[in-house]
Amino acid sequence: MLSQIQLVMPELALLILASFALVLDTYSSSKEKLLTFRFVQATLLIIICLILFTTPDTQSYSFNNHFITDPMSIILKTVICIISLVVFFYSHEYLKQHENVRGEFFVLGLFAVLGMMIMSSAASLLTVYLGLELLSLSLYAMIAMHKESLNASEAAMKYFVLGALASGLLLYGISMLYGATGVLDLQGISIAASSGIDSGMKLIMVFGLVFIVVGIAFKLGAVPFHMWVPDIYEGSPTAVTLFISTAPKIAAFAMTIRLLSDGLQDLLADWQGMLIILSILSMATGNVIAISQTNIKRMLAYSTIAHVGFFLLGIISGTASGYAGSMFYIIVYALMSMGSFGMVILLGKKGVEADRLEDFKGLAKRSPWYAFIMLILMFSMAGIPPLIGFWAKWFVIKEVIAMGFVWLAAVAVVFSVIGAFYYLRIVKLMYFDEPEQMAAIKASRAIRLVLSMNGMAVLILGFIPGALMALCISAIT
Amino acid sequence: MITLGQVLLLAAILFCISVAGIFINRKNVIILLMCIELMLLSVNMNFIAFSHFLHDMNGQVFVFFILTVAAAESAIGLAILVVLFRNRNTINVEELSSLKG
Repeated sequence: MLSQIQLVMPELALLILASFALVLDTYSSSKEKLLTFRFVQATLLIIICLILFTTPDTQSYSFNNHFITDPMSIILKTVICIISLVVFFYSHEYLKQHENVRGEFFVLGLFAVLGMMIMSSAASLLTVYLGLELLSLSLYAMIAMHKESLNASEAAMKYFVLGALASGLLLYGISMLYGATGVLDLQGISIAASSGIDSGMKLIMVFGLVFIVVGIAFKLGAVPFHMWVPDIYEGSPTAVTLFISTAPKIAAFAMTIRLLSDGLQDLLADWQGMLIILSILSMATGNVIAISQTNIKRMLAYSTIAHVGFFLLGIISGTASGYAGSMFYIIVYALMSMGSFGMVILLGKKGVEADRLEDFKGLAKRSPWYAFIMLILMFSMAGIPPLIGFWAKWFVIKEVIAMGFVWLAAVAVVFSVIGAFYYLRIVKLMYFDEPEQMAAIKASRAIRLVLSMNGMAVLILGFIPGALMALCISAIT
Repeated sequence: MITLGQVLLLAAILFCISVAGIFINRKNVIILLMCIELMLLSVNMNFIAFSHFLHDMNGQVFVFFILTVAAAESAIGLAILVVLFRNRNTINVEELSSLKG
């Protein structure tokens, strides 16, 4: 029993500390809620230490096979916590700009992190569902917290309805899987699927699988289940958009691997075809529609859709190295996306968001250093070597070719060339256009430092992609 | 005697009604919330039917979790609805269209 508690130590500590933060927040009277903010930051640091030092890195199941601790869950949880830590830095700056700092924002953020950690460690359909709901419910509330904003309340409503629809579809698929196999834990489902079930049961499983893939596609934002992504990215306060576009994507990766690889690897032939369609449609729609956007948050939303298409390539290959490639891609994507939205926050002023493309005009004259960081981020997203974004695309495309889908790799390359256009347009706006205003950038020293480090991480990791890749491979195998 | 197939068919019909309700309804956000609720209940019916015919308790335990989450979900949904109504003085689905492009 004690060893079971030890396996869930990080989650348990996070739950206790997050509840404590909620109480502590009522004693924090300052306008900037520094006390809650610092406490939440410290909590995440403690959790990172707990994950790294108290959990054994061998595969072990606990709580009647509902919870798994393995190298993948440890690495994903650590990355999720680090990313959330940085995201909270940016968010605090944004909330200060808009004079809307509320302690609940950070507490809800912690609960979302808890949900993501549970998703990373889910070993049964029940834990997948509960982790997902804890994450989603926290995100709905975080968007709706900006009570005066018309767009935010509309975005929250749309996200809520479509998110609930997605969970409903996923649940329907889960109920079918349960019916076909009679078990809830993914290990049992995997055994049942591989031990030659009769064709009727196989049919029910594939029927359930369709719903599960649709649910996953909804959560990832893959075309044709992407309608919510642009609206929610644009309508939400940038602080929340930043959060939605980073850490939950990693959790969605964990969910995909847990369900499709840990549970349903034997149905590879069935889900591979569905994912190929999702992937091609996502790359095409995302990259083409992003070209016509004038709002950078909306443009980055379509860019997310395109990146999800690339990310799915690694999953499609259906091998351990392919999954490692996808894991690499999603971590790198989270890093780049964090920097890009961080830049939108950095350029924002009191009460005004810098979310139009024109806000980037002549940034090189206003601030050469931040223009350079944005240049790195955009080049990396476009996949220009030697930046890290190039290696991410390289690894997934290599895996797809290794599995014999050369045509799919060709399609991916064509769309990544099309996609380069709108990333390079931002570079052109920054370096070759006259600025609309010459005002210096007003932002705290903390966010300047964090953003610089974020940009440098994208640059430096590009020279040593092997280290991160080795980590991803060790996580999967 | 009711067979498993009949219960599953009923659950599937309820599920289809709720999905259709979400997509067809253009008038009222509250009806959307009701459709979401119906969707989760049809899934519950699936779980209970399987649980009964497989003689396995896990499915019924899952139903309790779904019910709990559904309660939390509708609480948050209604809270968002209140915020939305205060901002816009309408809960008409068709008028929720300021975000597009």
